[in-house]
Amino acid sequence: MSPIITVDDLTKVYPVAVKEPGMKGTLAHFFRRQYRNIVAVQDVSFTIEPGEIVGFLGPNGAGKTTTLKMLTGLIHPSSGQVRVADQVPFQRREAFLRTITLVMGQKQQLLWDLPTLDSLRINAAVYNIPDAEFRQRVGELADMLDLQAQLTQPVRKLSLGQRMKAELLAALLHRPTVLFLDEPTLGLDVNAQTSVRDFLRTYNHAYGATVLLTSHYMADITALCKRVLMIYQGRLIYDGSLDELLEQFSPCREITVELARERSPLDLEAIAPLQSLNGRVAHFIVPQEKLTYTISRLLAEVEVIDLTITDPPIEEVIGRVFASGTVSSQEPQDGA
Amino acid sequence: MLKPLRASVRTANTLLSVYYAYMVEYRAELLLWVLSGSLPLILMGVWVEASRQEDLGLSPTEFIRYFLAVFLVRQFSVVWVIWEFEREIVEGKLSFRLLQPLDPGWHHFASHFAERFARLPFAMVLLGFFFLLYPQAFWVPNPGAIMFFVVAVALAFVLRFVMQYTFAMLAFWMERANAIEQFWFLFYLFLSGLIAPLEMFPPVLRRVVEWTPFPYMIHFPASLLMGTQVQVARSFGITLVWIAVFFVLNRLLWRKGLRRYSGMGA
Repeated sequence: MSPIITVDDLTKVYPVAVKEPGMKGTLAHFFRRQYRNIVAVQDVSFTIEPGEIVGFLGPNGAGKTTTLKMLTGLIHPSSGQVRVADQVPFQRREAFLRTITLVMGQKQQLLWDLPTLDSLRINAAVYNIPDAEFRQRVGELADMLDLQAQLTQPVRKLSLGQRMKAELLAALLHRPTVLFLDEPTLGLDVNAQTSVRDFLRTYNHAYGATVLLTSHYMADITALCKRVLMIYQGRLIYDGSLDELLEQFSPCREITVELARERSPLDLEAIAPLQSLNGRVAHFIVPQEKLTYTISRLLAEVEVIDLTITDPPIEEVIGRVFASGTVSSQEPQDGA
Repeated sequence: MLKPLRASVRTANTLLSVYYAYMVEYRAELLLWVLSGSLPLILMGVWVEASRQEDLGLSPTEFIRYFLAVFLVRQFSVVWVIWEFEREIVEGKLSFRLLQPLDPGWHHFASHFAERFARLPFAMVLLGFFFLLYPQAFWVPNPGAIMFFVVAVALAFVLRFVMQYTFAMLAFWMERANAIEQFWFLFYLFLSGLIAPLEMFPPVLRRVVEWTPFPYMIHFPASLLMGTQVQVARSFGITLVWIAVFFVLNRLLWRKGLRRYSGMGA
């Protein structure tokens, strides 16, 4: 099977207006506006196979959204090649637009003062979905999302989670096979996050859809993605399986200890690097090779009721990758 | 051949019915919007009073009819697309529209068009109220005049829409494109016949103004309804030419603007 998304040496440089603070800066800004080029994405290459769910990770401002916008054809790459479903996104041909969808957690497309169903009718008209087909698809997607009852309520009356589900329904009504999701669970509570995740998994299975997903919630990534792309300061710093990433960057373990009585953080810090201390429960993160040593010291020096050893939380691991990324990758280039 | 046409009709139908529902949501606001268009009714009082004191070429009754007709034309040609478009750019909603296989302009056009029907009952009530006040001004235009009037009002709306939508394109380059619209509105106010019928203009000025797009957004349709002598064919011709000019300009700026929009990060 040939890849459905191919990205080669993708680069995007933005001109950004610069303004010095103060009156002098304001006047200079008014008469002679100065621009500085910011490299948002640099030489990024990857391919994605049909049906894959890929997590797209990176801190704020790393270039995730810019990359998604180039993949959906909203912005033109400064250099490099993008192909999605055998199309050049920036041409925004109808065949391409019918294949893809973009969901942005912080932006919404539904008409605020009307019921979701009305916005869906507009989408059906725009994508030329016949009435019978429309009813069937809405029924099916609403079932998957558990949203039947809310379709006739004005969007402004929906909870954040319901609204996100309604956004997903609207974005998927034309049954796209390539989904670009930018923070689809932003601001949702744990239950809503889980149901959005479950829905995405079901949709992926049902239609063999390809999904590229960014999220700040690691649970989204671990639940959905086998493979992750990691971007830092515009450069791709990792492309591979999530498991390998965890192994490569987490040769350490988390030890959780329940103490018989409270101890001062200083006492515990003396034994091993203390991550947090909550009453009588202490968390340590220690390198793999020091695991046995630390445990024996803990057992010898403090009175322990319970002790568990787990993989550290993935946020911790990703944080380490980015921290090491700072060291290895170059500063973004600024040009006048 | 027939299939794409049928699909387009269906799309148009749905857009209109949903946007009609959308506008009816604001029924309280609609009444206020209709009332906010009552400037012609205020001016009517001023001109009627003036014409009673000296001969202005139009009788008080003709002034009443003219400004009632102006009120009606204005109701059907109110356009606010520049504010909507600006908001779409600022809030990034344009990006969603760009990812759909329908030009975003159609959404704006449909919502404006649908709103006409939502405000129609309010405008009619207000008109009826004025005929109660001035029963002597009541008139029934002949069917031919009504037919021409309907076409002229539709074109007036299209012209006003295309014009403002063209200025809206400048939102790609400037933060507040509506500043241009507000400046342009001054010319519209005076040259369209909204403040004074073109018959009151000095003849030279009137001849010049007749080549601009302005009279065709107010004065021309209003005159048709009143039954005043106007050059129908030439007026329709000039209207269509201006619509074409603004349309071409609009598409040009749209294409250039999109390139810039995407350059700045969409």
